[in-house]
Amino acid sequence: MHKEKEVLLSLRDVKTYFPIKAGVIKRVVGHVKAVDGITINIYRGETIGLVGESGCGKTTLGKSILQLVESSAGEMFYDFDGEMKDLKKLSKSELNDARKKLQIVFQDPHSSLNPSFSIFGSLQEPLKKFGVKSKAEREKIIGDLLEAVNLRREYMYRYPHEFSGGQRQRIGIARALCVNPELIVCDEAVSALDVSIQAQVLKLMQKIKEERNLTYIFITHDLSVVEYISDRIAVMYLGRIVELAYAEDLYAHTKHPYTRALLSAIPVADLDKKSKRIILEGDVPSPVNPPSGCPFHPRCPEAIERCKTDVPTLVEYETNGRTHYASCHLLEKE
Amino acid sequence: MNKDVVLSVKNLKTFFYTNQRCNKAVNGVSFDIKRGKTLCIVGESGCGKSVTATSIMRLLPKLSRIEEGSIVYHSDNGDIRLDQLKKNGKNMRKIRGSEIAMIFQDPMTSLNPVYTVGFQIIENLKNHNKMSKREAKEEATRLLRDMGIPLPEQRVDEYPHQYSGGMRQRAMIAMAMSCSPKVLIADEPTTALDVTIQAQIFELMDKLKKENDTAVMMITHDMGVVAEMADDVAVMYMGNVVENGSVDQVLRNPAHPYTKALLDSIPVLGCGKDQVIEPIRGVTPDPFDRPIGCQFGPRCDYYTEKCETMPDEITVDGHMVRCWHYKEVLKDA
Repeated sequence: MHKEKEVLLSLRDVKTYFPIKAGVIKRVVGHVKAVDGITINIYRGETIGLVGESGCGKTTLGKSILQLVESSAGEMFYDFDGEMKDLKKLSKSELNDARKKLQIVFQDPHSSLNPSFSIFGSLQEPLKKFGVKSKAEREKIIGDLLEAVNLRREYMYRYPHEFSGGQRQRIGIARALCVNPELIVCDEAVSALDVSIQAQVLKLMQKIKEERNLTYIFITHDLSVVEYISDRIAVMYLGRIVELAYAEDLYAHTKHPYTRALLSAIPVADLDKKSKRIILEGDVPSPVNPPSGCPFHPRCPEAIERCKTDVPTLVEYETNGRTHYASCHLLEKE
Repeated sequence: MNKDVVLSVKNLKTFFYTNQRCNKAVNGVSFDIKRGKTLCIVGESGCGKSVTATSIMRLLPKLSRIEEGSIVYHSDNGDIRLDQLKKNGKNMRKIRGSEIAMIFQDPMTSLNPVYTVGFQIIENLKNHNKMSKREAKEEATRLLRDMGIPLPEQRVDEYPHQYSGGMRQRAMIAMAMSCSPKVLIADEPTTALDVTIQAQIFELMDKLKKENDTAVMMITHDMGVVAEMADDVAVMYMGNVVENGSVDQVLRNPAHPYTKALLDSIPVLGCGKDQVIEPIRGVTPDPFDRPIGCQFGPRCDYYTEKCETMPDEITVDGHMVRCWHYKEVLKDA
């Protein structure tokens, strides 16, 4: 599908810093560097997984792309019918149009639906905004969407509390689909669900993606899920991408020591696949003052002198004839 | 009585009474915890895993009651029926925290924010041992050091909010391990933590288990954790143990359709995009509107008329299963 590799979204050195204010006059005393220089191309029709531990900036990056959080620096080019425009420089009306193409599914299905609105009430809002005037038409669209996510048409007049977690998450997906988007950011969309329900929602998301030729940015901390659903995976650590590769390559030919540790730390539900765990010491450092040099060096089992001073850049390598990016000094030596 | 068993639960029934309705949260659960071994209890949310744990600890909320069954703790000084002790009586308080200790799921809310971490560990130590304040503090520092907390002399006087999530969970484990319990109940100890921190905590629990010969009962919903940690597994569904056996038996040859379906529904790391995951159809039933007979019946592929009566516990070679059709399930594997 993405053989022609049409770039849909291109991020150039995106940074999102949150100021820390202190004192009576709210002086800025520092910044939380949530996203610290991300460069990535996202192709039309692919699923890209963003993984990392909590606090590594994956959600902030997702929200920055949707312009829900203002980014501090960098450019985000999005393909508007063949014309690449920077999302950050759009006028208000242009941004409104862009919102039709970019949608999000939130993590917590319990708190992301308004409890005092019926499902129809919640889902008709975007349709109203984007000019579907007649109520009958809105009803038809929402009914079709609910059927697309394997719910019954009649459910649209029910309220969120009448649904189970899995059903609510499917409603969340239906809401994102309302305006026929091109790109959906799924922020931990299946993390809050029970395992048996998780599989249902994952399968549904894949089906919808194929039917509507969508592009997903799939944010999660669960590497088994991301491997199952993604074409490419970006591993983040302290606001930076440390490794970006096709899913099969990331698992079979891991390059970055952090990815290796992360993969080995995951308990696998298969008794024959027990591997030796690499135990990382300590916690993730604070993004307020990240370590000098490579942000991973204080926990890295293979760190060398150079890692303490030089910040590694994302370098392109090749695995099985496909691109494989990683940022580590140890790889550059080879 | 088998000497290896440190705690046995027999036909435990714990019911909740709310709004004139009765939720049979735990409906006839039996299992044994063996000395120095890890028993993992797996199941989805609402299947009664945590209620089983709180029943053992006698920490159930007011609206609930142990209706039937027995919980026997085989202590060094003879057997004790925990379910017959007074909830807040002297004897229960003596056991709770010293012989049977518990780690809770959320380390953020289970530590008291207005006391230092050291104070909370010392409180437990002083309660159960004859210790002076200074001795207790030294012991608390030692415990924190054992848990791998840097600068324990300083950290012991800090408050929970100054700890990170992983460190808080370590402090909880330090507290639970302070009196070298015989049984440690861990209720989803790592669900709120990152995988790299989870690996650290598991390493630590493994070490403590080996050093102190503590039996661990671990509650989880993650089959990966089971494969990693467990010696024995009990799978729960809607208030029943549907399958119970050694980790090899249950994960390699699941005999209950639910266990099998559960294993088929999770993506396994390293198997790539081509793996087939098979969702379990339907949803977990409403606890107030349960199916008749086998609770898994409406979602099960092996359903027949026979399933309208609750199956008995059938045990083959120490592998217990609650299913009429277990032979077919085993054959299909």
